[in-house]
Parts: sequence; structure tokens; C-alpha cells
Amino acid sequence: MLLQMPFKQTLIYIADQADFLRSFFKNIFKKGFEWEELFRQSYIIGYKSIGITVLTGFILGVVLTLQSQPTLKDFGAESYIPRMVAVSIIREIGPVIIALICAGKIASGIGAELGSMNVTEQIAAMEVSGANPVQFLVVPRILACAIMVPLLTILADAMALFGGYAASALGGDMTLQLFFSKALGGLDYSDIIPAFIKTIFFGFAIGFIGCFKGFNSNKGTESVGLAANSAVVTASIWIIVIDGIVVQVSNSLLYG
Amino acid sequence: MEIVIAIKDLKKKFGSNEVLTGIDLTVQKGENVVILGKSGSGKSVTIKCIAGLLTQDEGSLKVFDEEVKDLDEDALKALRCRLGFLFQGAALYDSMTVRENLVFPLKRVLKLRDKDEIQKRCEEVLQAVGLEDAIDKMPSDLSGGMRKRMGLARTLVVKPEIILYDEPTTGLDTITSKEISHLVMDMKQQYQTTSVIITHDIPCAKITADRILIIDGGKFIAEGTYDALENSEDKYIRSFFK
Repeated sequence: MLLQMPFKQTLIYIADQADFLRSFFKNIFKKGFEWEELFRQSYIIGYKSIGITVLTGFILGVVLTLQSQPTLKDFGAESYIPRMVAVSIIREIGPVIIALICAGKIASGIGAELGSMNVTEQIAAMEVSGANPVQFLVVPRILACAIMVPLLTILADAMALFGGYAASALGGDMTLQLFFSKALGGLDYSDIIPAFIKTIFFGFAIGFIGCFKGFNSNKGTESVGLAANSAVVTASIWIIVIDGIVVQVSNSLLYG
Repeated sequence: MEIVIAIKDLKKKFGSNEVLTGIDLTVQKGENVVILGKSGSGKSVTIKCIAGLLTQDEGSLKVFDEEVKDLDEDALKALRCRLGFLFQGAALYDSMTVRENLVFPLKRVLKLRDKDEIQKRCEEVLQAVGLEDAIDKMPSDLSGGMRKRMGLARTLVVKPEIILYDEPTTGLDTITSKEISHLVMDMKQQYQTTSVIITHDIPCAKITADRILIIDGGKFIAEGTYDALENSEDKYIRSFFK
């Protein structure tokens, strides 16, 4: 999307995003923080995404195990399956896949909701009444995403390990205790901490892009769909970009 | 009489499209001013500039003697506490019930915390607009006329001194339009408000206007009472009233 824009428009787009980001940070620390709305959004974003997260995480674990089992078996390295599943899920696959799913579910939802509020002048009504729409609509949504996406990723990672165990148990005599002891034994903090940190950035990007697209949608019903669609595409691109940056930074910090 | 809105040579354009080409307007306290005009003539842009939702390119716009474009965020917020705005589609917060729609500005704008006071205010405005039974309904459960009434109730709940009405009767049937127009007058009497009403609905203008201004091509081309303009010598002005 950004690549299709002329240079001047690209600069305006980036400046608008920077201004929106400034407005977000300015409003976090303002008096009258919307705690109730933060809890409500956390419930909507987090609790209502548990089903899809559990299912996705479990299937990821199953598929990863089933796909790698034959190759590892050929090398006599079947016992490495729990460790391989744990490292790949926790370091990379879990955070990225769950973030992409959240981009599809949450960023589009926020984009459509705020876009629709914009079209029906609800945001203008808030503004003109003297209430602060950024404080009420944007801050709780972005913070809820930044809090809930990491928690959803932890849940998905756990479910993926259960999925990995289920697939291993089907093809052999692996016990739950043995699987988890091998899986968790193969992990160290350098696998967990950078992965957890990047999920906070993923959540932030999902909430931020969803709010930005919704808030800046044009008038007309068509723009609601465009805002939702654009939120998903842009948030997905940002997730991939952030992933690349965090991996590069954490690798240079941890391994020199 | 105290002047509450004073506009001088207001100009506004969007890209190359000049929407307002030089608006002059003064509104006195307690007055009902109707701005009449065709679609796209600049009516909505004018009141959005008054509310500070849009900033003019040129000219002066003072509300309560304060130049709106020069106000900082806090001063603009304070000014908006004295203004009410009824949007064309009522702009009800559709994820909230009628009660929550009313409580929202009370808690966030007036910072009221006393539950009894909040409840009293909500009941009072709902009674004023005849929607006492709808307090726990969602906006999606309300008819077009009820939504307008509810929008008006939400505007009135903070007791504004000036109310800006953006096409208050658009999309309503003739009978409901008349009811809303009379309601606007009732609320003026009851709450002692000043009103700027933009419309292209002639019966609404007839009921609500102390003074009418006709906008065309981004500027006012005529001003007067309903009767004076209806019987104007200018054929084009008369055509608005047919």
C-alpha cells in the first residue's frame, strides 16, 4: 500500500502516523485514564480470542511434529522432537502466527469499528462534546492489544506443546512428563525473553494500525471496509518487519 | 443584546474547492438563527467551523468573544462544554445504551460523580424529549425520530448555552419533522438556549427561525424573517420557499 503511493503522499502518511503516535503517548499520561474501557477492551480482544488461539496453537504443534518426525527419524534424532517443537514454536512460529491471526481478527475489528464511528460522526460527536476520543477510544484499545497479544501467544505456545505431545504420543510411546521435560529443558531465557518482548511490539502494532486506519477513514460506508482491510494488510506487514528487526537486534545482543 | 457568535469574512476550502467564500454572521443570545441552503452550499462546514471541528483558512470566528482557531486544546474543550451539537444522523454511540449515551458526557465532560445527580439529569432530559421509557434501550432499537430526540437529549444533558443543529429533520417523515421542529422550540424555551439550525426543510425553518439566512455558493445571499424572505422581490430567494 505504501509502495503504491507517490512520494509526497508517503511523507504525509508517515507524518500522520507519527502525529497519531504522539497523540497516543500524550493521552496515556493524561488525567482521567479510562480503566473501565481498558478492561472492557482487554476482555473483547483477549478473552474473545481464546478459542481461535487455542485451536491454532494446538494444530501448529501437531503439524510441526508430524512434518518433522519422518526426517528426524531418518537421522535417529526422534528424541529431539520436543526440543525442536518448543524452540521453533516459542522463538518464532507461535508469536508470528498468533500475531498474524490477531491482525486479521483484532486489527480489522478495530479498524471497522472506529471507521464506522467516524462515518456516523460518533467520533466528531465525542470531540465536540468536549470528551477526548483518543483517550477513550484509542489508548485503551492499543494498550489492551499490547497486553493481550503476549498473553494469547503464551497460551498458544502452551497449546502447541500439548499438540506436539499429542502427535508424538500417537506415533510412539512418549509420555506427557517426558515430552515436557525435554521440551522445556531445551529452552533458555534467550529463547523466551526476546520472543515475549516482540509480542508486546506486535500487539502494539496491531492496536495502533487498527486505530489509525479507523480514525482516519474517509466518509462513506465503503471506507469502513477499506479501513478494516487496510488495517489487516498494514498490521501484517508491520508484524513481519518488527519480527525481522527484533530477531536481528536480539541476535546481535545475545550472540555478538 | 449579547453577541455569542461573531463571524467575519470566513473562508474555507478543501483542496481547490472553495466551500465558504466569505461568511459574515452574528448571533445574539437567545436567538434562533436558521441557515437555509441547498446541498453542498457550505451549511455544515459553517457550523463545523463554529464548533471547532474544522479550522477556517481566512477570516475571524468568535464564540463567546473567543477566537476559536486561536484556542489551545484545554480552552477549546472548555468552550465546547458550553456548546451542543446535534448531528444529522444523531451520532449516538451505538455500543452504549441510551442511559450510557447520556452518562458519557456527564462523567467525562462535566466530571459528575454523584450517581443521584446523574440519574436525575438523565431522567430530566429524557422526559423533556419524551423518551422516558427508552433509557435501557440500545440506539439500534430506536426509530429515526427517536434517535433525533435522543441526540437532542444527549446534547441538552450538559446544559449548553448554544446548540448547533445539523439538519435536525433530514430523513424524517413530515409529521415527525414537525414534532422535532416543535421540540427544538420547546427546548429553547425550557433551557434558554441560543440555536443555529442548518436545514433545507422549509417547514422546519418556519417553525424554528427568529431569523433566516440563505447560503449559496459559500456566502449568505439573503437575510430576514421567514415572511420577509418568502415574499422577497428576488425570484431566486422566493424559489427556496416553494
